[in-house]
Amino acid sequence: MYTDINKKEKSKQKMKTDIILSGVGGQGILSIAAVIGEAALKDGLYMKQAEVHGMSQRGGDVQSNLRLSDQPIASDLIPQGQADLIISLEPMESLRYLPYLKKEGWLVTNSQPFINIPNYPDIEKVNVELGKLPNRVILDVEAIAKEVGSVRAANIVMLGAAAPFIGIDYNKIEDGIRHIFGRKGEEIVEMNLKALKAGYDVAQSRK
Amino acid sequence: MEKHLFLGDEAIAQAAIDAGLSGVYAYPGTPSTEITEFIQNSPVAKDRGIHCRWSTNEKTAMEAALGMSYAGKRALCCMKHVGLNVAADCFMNAAMSGVNGGMIIISADDPSMHSSQNEQDNRLYGNFAMIPMLEPSSQQEAYDMVYEGFELSERLGYPVLVRITTRMAHSRAGVVTREMKSQNKMNCPEDGRQRFILLPALARKRFKTLLAAQAVFTEASEKSEYNVYYDTPKKDKGIIATGIAFNYLSENYPDGFEYPVLKISQYPLPKKYIEKMADECKEILVLEEGYPVVEEQLKGFLGKGITIRGRLDGTLQRDGELTPDAVGKALGKEIHRYYAIPEVVEQRPPALCQGCGHRDMYEALNEVLAEYKDAKVFGDIGCYTLGALPPFRAIDTCIDMGASVTMAKGASDAGVFPAVAVIGDSTFTHSGMTGLLDCVNENSNVTIVISDNETTAMTGGQDSAGTGRLESICAGIGVDPAHIRVMIPLKKNYDEMKTIIREEIEYNGVSVLIPRRECIQTLTRKKKASKK
Repeated sequence: MYTDINKKEKSKQKMKTDIILSGVGGQGILSIAAVIGEAALKDGLYMKQAEVHGMSQRGGDVQSNLRLSDQPIASDLIPQGQADLIISLEPMESLRYLPYLKKEGWLVTNSQPFINIPNYPDIEKVNVELGKLPNRVILDVEAIAKEVGSVRAANIVMLGAAAPFIGIDYNKIEDGIRHIFGRKGEEIVEMNLKALKAGYDVAQSRK
Repeated sequence: MEKHLFLGDEAIAQAAIDAGLSGVYAYPGTPSTEITEFIQNSPVAKDRGIHCRWSTNEKTAMEAALGMSYAGKRALCCMKHVGLNVAADCFMNAAMSGVNGGMIIISADDPSMHSSQNEQDNRLYGNFAMIPMLEPSSQQEAYDMVYEGFELSERLGYPVLVRITTRMAHSRAGVVTREMKSQNKMNCPEDGRQRFILLPALARKRFKTLLAAQAVFTEASEKSEYNVYYDTPKKDKGIIATGIAFNYLSENYPDGFEYPVLKISQYPLPKKYIEKMADECKEILVLEEGYPVVEEQLKGFLGKGITIRGRLDGTLQRDGELTPDAVGKALGKEIHRYYAIPEVVEQRPPALCQGCGHRDMYEALNEVLAEYKDAKVFGDIGCYTLGALPPFRAIDTCIDMGASVTMAKGASDAGVFPAVAVIGDSTFTHSGMTGLLDCVNENSNVTIVISDNETTAMTGGQDSAGTGRLESICAGIGVDPAHIRVMIPLKKNYDEMKTIIREEIEYNGVSVLIPRRECIQTLTRKKKASKK
């Protein structure tokens, strides 16, 4: 409730993670947000998640602000310079939100460009910019997803790569996947858990 | 007491169901669409027989909602901000008649124009109609306000406007729901004719009643738990924050407010709180999402002697959505940016989907119109508005729902040839049909393309009111059936399409071309569903 916001004591706050998810409309950033949201809810955390619907979903740039905390959250939007983590399904799109990243924040992005505009920059130039960031994990999520079973699990590979930085226990994220994919059968759940682990291992090796 | 993760839109929908809703009436429009969709997909709503089919436009929606309210039941009517322009005739006059069963109107405004052609602030409509208004600052408040709003509407006897914005509509948070109430029984008003027949003699009485009710509405605002005064010892300035702006203010004061703060989420303005702030503080900063509605009102009723800061004096930007940073800047806080956007980052505008029928329609149309140097194409509201962007650059205007048909008519009256209108199937039934009748009555020399993808695509594929009946609708309006031409927009048909387009441009009168192919998004979804 709103009255909590003014009464809350900052010293009590032990967990707060501000995440920006980015990509291109149709890539499915919201499915990543859904798993994190499920895990956060199970963990008893407060959460706010601002999504983009409507016109931009037609192949434009899309982002979602996801805020998690053990204390009530005021704003649906993350202030500049305060995001702990950028998770991006597209390398150029990850750069679009850099003004929101904390100095010591992490950027986790897919390495493969999604080219649907005629003036997409030279990918080497994008890589140079990514290389300037102190804390980054860059991985080819489609390739890794294919190795573990299906390219459709690419988003979950991405989630796995971001998992060490979210501030929620890994097994709670696994539970989130079981919950979200449970309806689709045990095989799909197992494949997604494998995808999660594959992404997680990449991030651990680069951390 | 269950906790759910809800979009603001979903919280509103669930609250309405829980409050004993009998019908939702709406036309899809970002960011309001998910309210009605949630009710359509709710098993409880189905069990309870809650009406939830899409209406043809916002005006028909609001009139139907008022009819349900007249019959004593609780009705919800949802729309995007510009939808209220369409429904304004009913809206203004429902404030004169008042309601019987509780009636809530949701206006989902879109500051920063994420998916709209303007950023009008519909709190001005609330003030214009002089009805009570609610503006939630959280998803929980959105739930609570709608849950209690039907009772408020019934108690006061007037419709209640709930104003949300994109960030509230499309942001998810935990929401605690309450016990489900039963629906109202049918119960038409005994004094119905005195209230609902707005003949001048009766309307004059109703207006006096509405004017007299203003004091009651203000008192309700002053007693409302949604309007809160947070006092502090320091009184250099006072801050008024409405709706979601309160969150951005709180974000900037994580350890508690530095100055007195008045949170406003129910209107008309709670005067006693504002007078307290004006008496105690030297200056007032107003934070509000949208137009400077409260700021202008304060300048009016406080008069001189106190400085009001906000969007009018440049303390905040005059246009666009608020952000925690914009509010922080207005409060004199420093923003720490560590990384800039590298120059290599390019804009990525939305585009028509690959395989979309509108693409083929524009390809063929562009090729024919290249032969006519004075051709003008009057566009409309929908996915096909993206035909304005490269590679098509195919339309010359996009103003409001249905304007393609009537602007083409007016331009043709002025001598423009060829005058072509491009409108989608759902937009045509929303507001294009009446314009087509104007064209027919004067045999205007216009070529109207109804690009039919058999759905309301831009908002995510909702039912379209005229699916399967467009030819008969046009013929019924009086278009000569010989000049109602259907085609399948595919590359292999370009030659045939171009011939038809050329013939109908050359025909001196009203032609309707219907390129028809199902939306690629709904088609893919159906295929996936049938595989399962």
